Amino acid sequence: MPSLPSANQDLIELSQINRTFYLGDSQVHALRNVNLHIASGEYIAVMGPSGSGKSTLLNLIGLLDRADAGTYKLQGDDVTTLDSDAQAQVRSKRIGFIFQSFHLVPRLTAAANIELPLTLAGMPTAQRATLVVQALKDFGLTDRAQHKPNELSGGQRQRVAIARATVQRPAVLLADEPTGNLDRITGEEVVRLLEALNAQGMTLIVVTHDPVLGARARRQIKMEDGCIVSDSLSSSIAT
Amino acid sequence: MRLADSTRFALQAIVSHRLRSFLTLLGIAVGIAAVILLTSIGEGVHQYVLSEFTQFGTNVIAIAPGKVKTGGQPPSGIPTTARLLTMEDALSLKHLPNVTAATPLVWGNSEVSGNGRLRRSTIYGVDADFPRVFSSSLNVGSFLPRTGAGSPRAFVVLGAKLRNELFGDVNPLGARVRIGGLHFRVIGVMAPKGQFLGIDLDDTAFIPAERALELYNREGLVEIHVAYAENASSVKVADAIKDRLIMRHGHEDFTITTQEDMLKTLSNILNILTMAVGALGGISLLVGAVGIVTIMTISVTERTNEIGLLVALGARRRSVLGLFLGESIILAALGGLMGLSLGAGLAQLLRLVLPRLPVHTPWSFAVGALVMSAVIGLLAGVLPARSAARLDPIEALRAE
Repeated sequence: MPSLPSANQDLIELSQINRTFYLGDSQVHALRNVNLHIASGEYIAVMGPSGSGKSTLLNLIGLLDRADAGTYKLQGDDVTTLDSDAQAQVRSKRIGFIFQSFHLVPRLTAAANIELPLTLAGMPTAQRATLVVQALKDFGLTDRAQHKPNELSGGQRQRVAIARATVQRPAVLLADEPTGNLDRITGEEVVRLLEALNAQGMTLIVVTHDPVLGARARRQIKMEDGCIVSDSLSSSIAT
Repeated sequence: MRLADSTRFALQAIVSHRLRSFLTLLGIAVGIAAVILLTSIGEGVHQYVLSEFTQFGTNVIAIAPGKVKTGGQPPSGIPTTARLLTMEDALSLKHLPNVTAATPLVWGNSEVSGNGRLRRSTIYGVDADFPRVFSSSLNVGSFLPRTGAGSPRAFVVLGAKLRNELFGDVNPLGARVRIGGLHFRVIGVMAPKGQFLGIDLDDTAFIPAERALELYNREGLVEIHVAYAENASSVKVADAIKDRLIMRHGHEDFTITTQEDMLKTLSNILNILTMAVGALGGISLLVGAVGIVTIMTISVTERTNEIGLLVALGARRRSVLGLFLGESIILAALGGLMGLSLGAGLAQLLRLVLPRLPVHTPWSFAVGALVMSAVIGLLAGVLPARSAARLDPIEALRAE
């Protein structure tokens, strides 16, 4: 387990982050001088129109993307300049991803999908089995363990994906439109699940278009043209 | 990622596309089967030819008159300036250390008449050491007697076939036989020896070498054959023979060919033949390899999403590379295994249908085929696996 950050230390510390893409001849500034501090256990919604840079921010925090300039500290460690193997290690242990389209491996059972990050990390089989059984139980999937993704409902699929993202007990959970492919009721269920995980101390960052979903977060970050235009605590909690 | 887990993951991917995977590995299987079948036939022919040559024993050295560097000998009847090999040369070699037997050799083709019948046969002029040098044995009577210097008696030993043709069921021992213009008395019959590369070894008559020289009006021997002890080195014996003959002739005007050298050369030629037919089979193997490259490339494209996911879940680039390489290797190795059983099975079937065609599948070929198919899988997988490992995870996750 990574060492827990001390109370005054930020979980995530982004300073002067820039990221530019080149599309043909034109330059796109996906992120401009972004500074962001996130403490452990926060519940954050990142909102903004398409192309505002919110997905880039999420990918950067998830170490799927690299900044052109600036520094990124995760739990006090500078992870900006890590090589790709070391970044893979960080993703494996400290970061959990949840995607809009679930991204389950279709030929693997629910249990095998949840087991995948543990398998990739090279954990011994017996230890993996215990963790998977626990995760299946936690997410109410025990009786669906041997079903393939195409035999599961949308909500069940996203629950498998959340179980997979959290089976390594990551410090931060990154969700990109987690309810985008679900109906309202199932979406509500999934959000409550994520909020329960946040209540247990897991930092939760949700990227969304949905203002209702965004409003549920304790802290809202609004982005436009690669810049953070507002960063506010939810009124209900701020007051 | 552990090897067992990677293997299982790759196998699951292969099994999830049963038909496609089967067809792909069938391509490799056909190639391996072709290579196995063709090399089995090649190896069978190889062993057959070598056993034909070694039926006379392997510890034999032949000496021919004239120094030739390319092998072979001047055609008989055409005069050469080389000094001839004589009966005395042959006698002198019998006493060299490690030499167990030495026989002069003169041959020709003549009419043989006896018991009122006539037949044209091969006549060999040899001496008493002949059966030991050529590991042949007698059926009835005795072989030519050992003689000192001087004229040997006019005896003949018949080959099994010649005896049957001339005498049938009549006892030939003691009968008189005319060969060319000379008269001989039959003192023995050889045991049947069968054929050698299609030449009948039993349609023969053996007479003393001196008589054969007379019969064919020759000055010198065609060859001298020397047999040496099993445990002696052929090089040392050949050197001793060379020294002795140089001492007698003054310089090296003869050619020594050890059976070992000849078999080695022959074996090399046959190996090249086997490899050549194997290479023909290799062409279909190449086509199979292209099939694997194709299917793996398609697989990488189809699973772009999955690759992005693996990276997001903490897979290293090397793990992704390994997974796809492993898949390609397993696919090819399974194909190799199938091709091996197919090829070996066909070879066995061929043996049943055509018993005269020598077919032999050595273990080394089987193991080699499996290793080769795995290597093909590895090579075929490199390109697709590398493109998988190089995918940008963000793009990969976004792909639909």
